[in-house]
Amino acid sequence: MDVLLQQIINGLVLGSMYALVALGYTMVYGIINLINFAHGEVLMVGAVTSWSIIVTAQESMPGIPGWLLLAVALIISCVVAAALNFVIEKVAYRPLRNSPKLAPLITAIGMSILLQTLAMIIWKPNYKSYPNLLPGGPYEFGGAVVTTTQIMALVLTVVSLAVLTYVVNFTRLGRAMRATAENPRVAALMGVKPDMVISATFIIGAILATIAGIMWASNYGTVQHTMGFLPGLKAFTAAVFGGIGNLAGAVVGGVLLGLIESIGSGYIGALTGGVLGSHYSDIFAFIVLIGVLTLRPSGLLGERVADRA
Amino acid sequence: MDFINRQNKYVVYALGALALCILPLLLQYAGNFWVRIADIALLYVLLALGLNIVVGYAGLLDLGYVAFFAIGAYMYGLMASPHLSENFPWFARMFPQGLHTSVWMIIPMAAALAGIFGILLGAPTLKLRGDYLAIVTLGFGEIIRVFLNNLDHPVNLTNGPKGLGQIDAITLFKFDWLGIPGINLGKRHEVFGFDISAVTNYYYLFLVLVVLSVIICHRLELSRIGRAWMAIREDEIAAKAMGINTRNMKLLAFGMGATFGGISGSMFAAFQGFVSPESFSLTESIMIVAMVVLGGIGHLPGVILGAVLLSSLPEVLRWVSGIFDLQAISGGRLDPAILRQLLIALAMIIVMLLRPRGIWPTPEHGKSLQQQPASK
Repeated sequence: MDVLLQQIINGLVLGSMYALVALGYTMVYGIINLINFAHGEVLMVGAVTSWSIIVTAQESMPGIPGWLLLAVALIISCVVAAALNFVIEKVAYRPLRNSPKLAPLITAIGMSILLQTLAMIIWKPNYKSYPNLLPGGPYEFGGAVVTTTQIMALVLTVVSLAVLTYVVNFTRLGRAMRATAENPRVAALMGVKPDMVISATFIIGAILATIAGIMWASNYGTVQHTMGFLPGLKAFTAAVFGGIGNLAGAVVGGVLLGLIESIGSGYIGALTGGVLGSHYSDIFAFIVLIGVLTLRPSGLLGERVADRA
Repeated sequence: MDFINRQNKYVVYALGALALCILPLLLQYAGNFWVRIADIALLYVLLALGLNIVVGYAGLLDLGYVAFFAIGAYMYGLMASPHLSENFPWFARMFPQGLHTSVWMIIPMAAALAGIFGILLGAPTLKLRGDYLAIVTLGFGEIIRVFLNNLDHPVNLTNGPKGLGQIDAITLFKFDWLGIPGINLGKRHEVFGFDISAVTNYYYLFLVLVVLSVIICHRLELSRIGRAWMAIREDEIAAKAMGINTRNMKLLAFGMGATFGGISGSMFAAFQGFVSPESFSLTESIMIVAMVVLGGIGHLPGVILGAVLLSSLPEVLRWVSGIFDLQAISGGRLDPAILRQLLIALAMIIVMLLRPRGIWPTPEHGKSLQQQPASK
């Protein structure tokens, strides 16, 4: 029983991270219909930046408390990643907004390779260990073990989701975002500036991705220039799973994906008598995805998209 | 291309053919390394032509195309290496020397198997469109790769991450019952005093395949099937309304594209003599999509150009950065591999920004061209 509980907790942490990254994909997709392949790399840049800040600070000021350091690093790397994503959108996606659909996709792929390579040049290709800054724990909880980092991850996710929900539903910016997602042209007629809304979307996406990246780094204890690829891919899967373009869908998809993955990899060995091991865990996501999309082509919470879209 | 008009069309073709035939002989003098690059480029052209059927003609964004390449490669690897005999006693009893199937058997089998997988992938995705399709095909590619990586246990079928080695080279025109030993492409030959190395042999084989594929693709493009695909690409509902069986047409596109992938995969296995899951990562799939889009989607010369550029550019850059010894200049941070990745990424971004429809786009694709100036 405690194995199940443990896997559920791990799955929730993993899933909340997917959810945060998936929100970035889904918001961008909802507004400009672009699969932003560079989104995982924004996560990576955020995480690696925070690593740099933490390591330098620990060397120069040894007595600083861990939670403060983490908070400062989080804020600074969010700013860095947001600025980066803002520039990326301006340089690589905006000029192609009226081009054939695959053109921005290719620049996004190019941007993803570019960011990875630059990160490799700046930070060197080796794995770097990410310090565990949060004291206390691990706590026992009904037979399962929970680390302080995991608690922080869940709290951060809930807070970010609450803030995002507030912004999207109750602010001027949120209304502008929803209007632009619905129809950019009409929104522009109503006085919304689509360019500004899109920039804001990229900035918000980068902040969410950075939070997820720092969670990922402190949960697994390493950072590296390729670390953005897998979470990016999984989060994209989660976004599609939930119904791309739908914010609640991204969260549901992300959490479900995390749960399926961790429960699945915990039990697959026992279920198949050791024939299939946990190294198959990476494909659960895709098998579930293909199953769901076969039954519901627009994802779990997706709306039926008009055929001309 | 204004200079290709009716009169001198055949002259241009003949000159082009001659140049392509002489190319490896010239490259050979500079070293087999260069011929190898040309071989790989031709393999990528083959792959890109196949993907172009799916993405370019039928408009179905396939991000798992490399799976078919992998299927073809492993098919060849299993049929033409001692792996099966070494790992299965019952198999070794039947074929003590291992299964050294003739290439004429393997190619159709690889093509058929890949085609079947293509249709299997296509079937559940028929209702999906656009980016949903992209992610499902991407997932399919990953599933195949994970299986290749892990099927060494409990039954050792693919030898896992270690891959399959000792794969036979291709032997053409081998007739044991007539006493003809055949031409082993893996060995060097002497023809009229010319020394022809193994890589050059493969160059000619791949060239023949590419030419055949170009002809097939060209005929397809002009055929009813090709028109139907393009109709689906432009407007699926309208195509359906005009009586096109969109389901069968989409499955056909997936199947045909996959066939190309399977054949080039088996060629790749024979050429390398070794296959491992590492060659079939998602990045590879994305690279092939990039070749098609960068060159000019749906346009054969463009697709070929894109494939040649993206596949040979990195190798040439590796050579250039070796000459200037960038590693020493930059204190070990810029090695050739990094530099070439950097430049590829920049090339992808810059080319797309300057020419969003590809380097050599199709002239016929006029609809979007005419509309754009009006809306600006």
